[in-house]
Amino acid sequence: MTLELKNVGLRFGAETHIFPTDLKLEDGSFNILLGTTLAGKTTLMKLMAGLEKPTSGEVWFAGKNVTGVSVRRRNVSMVYQQFINYPNLSVYENIASPLKVGGTPDIIIKQRVSTMAELLKLTPMLDRRPSELSGGQQQRTALARALVKDADLVLLDEPLANLDFKLREELRDELPKLFADRDCIVVYATTEPTEALLFGGNTACLFEGRISQFGPTGDLYRKPRDIISAEVFSDPPMNAAGIEKKGNTFHLGTKARWDAAGELSGLADGTYTLGIRPHHVSPVSRGEQPVAVDGRVIVAELSGSESVIHFNMDGSTWVSQSHGIHPFEVGSQARLYADMSKAMIFDGNGRRVSA
Amino acid sequence: MRRLSWLVPTFYILFLMLPIYWLLNMSFKTTNEILGTFTLWPQDFTLDNYRTIFTDPTWYTGYINSLIYVTMNTVLSVCVALPAAYAFSRYRFLGDKHLFFWLLTNRMAPPAVFALPFFQLYSAVGLFDTHIAVALAHTLFNIPLAVWILEGFMSGVPKELDETAYIDGHSFWSFFLKIFVPTIAAGIGVAAFFCFMFSWVELLLAKTLTAVDAKPIAATMTRTASTSGYELGLLAAAGSLTIVPGAFVIYFVRNYIAKGFALGRV
Repeated sequence: MTLELKNVGLRFGAETHIFPTDLKLEDGSFNILLGTTLAGKTTLMKLMAGLEKPTSGEVWFAGKNVTGVSVRRRNVSMVYQQFINYPNLSVYENIASPLKVGGTPDIIIKQRVSTMAELLKLTPMLDRRPSELSGGQQQRTALARALVKDADLVLLDEPLANLDFKLREELRDELPKLFADRDCIVVYATTEPTEALLFGGNTACLFEGRISQFGPTGDLYRKPRDIISAEVFSDPPMNAAGIEKKGNTFHLGTKARWDAAGELSGLADGTYTLGIRPHHVSPVSRGEQPVAVDGRVIVAELSGSESVIHFNMDGSTWVSQSHGIHPFEVGSQARLYADMSKAMIFDGNGRRVSA
Repeated sequence: MRRLSWLVPTFYILFLMLPIYWLLNMSFKTTNEILGTFTLWPQDFTLDNYRTIFTDPTWYTGYINSLIYVTMNTVLSVCVALPAAYAFSRYRFLGDKHLFFWLLTNRMAPPAVFALPFFQLYSAVGLFDTHIAVALAHTLFNIPLAVWILEGFMSGVPKELDETAYIDGHSFWSFFLKIFVPTIAAGIGVAAFFCFMFSWVELLLAKTLTAVDAKPIAATMTRTASTSGYELGLLAAAGSLTIVPGAFVIYFVRNYIAKGFALGRV
């Protein structure tokens, strides 16, 4: 049981929403769609579900072409970012709805709804209307409805985005447990790279209607194939700058220079783009290959145990994120250290050239 | 200043209530008292006027006729407007915005403009002096209004609700009737109220298209006045009774009325 998108694309007139996409999701896998708002996450999910018909390509499920098959005939469930429940039905009836339509006997419905309610801590609210619940409880109801039937494909479209911090953490912990012993494909859309890393599984980076890379989440984070995947998978945004390689040395601006190590030494001379994540730029010299970079401080945020410093370096804005409190005066000249052993180098076409 | 602040609202409410009070006041007087002396309340309290209306068929059939065509019109308008409003709120099609606006322009002509064509048409097809004739004539104004009100309420319901229902396996009609209609029940109530009120107070078309069998109460009132002299007490009682259905209906939608005046858009 796999879900396969074969060259699936969606256009409205001259506007392309999803560029032709190939994607294969394995049975029992947890997949994350990572991308900013308007990247096309929801549209791609609707294509997977059958709520939207692709204008090109085919959708295959469990070895069958299901491209034109209505969502009603597919065994799919979905949870949206907004809390979507049937307002005129009680929580119990909401959860029971997919089973009832499917013609499940009442006794079994009762059993499964109460198990699901127990699991999602909704038992005391079963007789209430969704509007009488808190946001977290409303989203739990939607989750319960999505999980109560044994769907082959579960689509979660930023289900935690509209919840407050505490509830989000709580549900985020519970989610993987809910899917642990289920035989289904889960697709989870999110805008937050940290969320993707917490869930693990596979990640697809989505940028402006295109999947830039798909693979195990950890690999994608450590070894992005190109600059787009690296940027999508970085929060706060990745620092980037043009660099030049001359001989065995990289030059960044006028002052910063460092030796090319390992595979990088084999790189041809020329101009490249450097990408380095904010937590590899620190006010103290550390790591394997710290290189000093100077800049004017724009913003200095000290939050609890973390310092985030935005500074202007040769015209581009860089961010440093480090542990500990490092006070900087806004407007002052600061020296920070970038651990270049962790840097990523991209060629003129945005492809990453090395480890 | 603070101590006199109750004055303005009090005067305003008195000003608003005065005509209604005077109507009620007259309905409990005899015609002689009304014409003879100026009294602030009935000197010679009588229920005869009401008794006449509830016992004389020429009077009470007027109410029955009015209620029949108003109910027919309300049911018809809402039933036709529901799918139309759903289409306008959920689908994009060629000329949808123009069509939607054009619907409302139907309300911009005075009903009198349509009296002659309706009269001629209904006479020709044998619908003259039937309840359905008036009900159909009023739908010309009420369906556009109902579509606008319902579209507003429907657009307030996220499209994801429809999708969730389809994902759960509901067919379109099962979703529409079991989930969607209850969800916008308030909107349907408001739309029905506006249809009811328009049809209930509209006089010109109702009078033009009826003669005997479907004569509305308002027509009964004017005709009685001209044949048996000025029976002012009786007229006042009939007038008071015409307020009752409206007040009754407004009670059910009192919480949503403002949203209805905004055509469901807030």
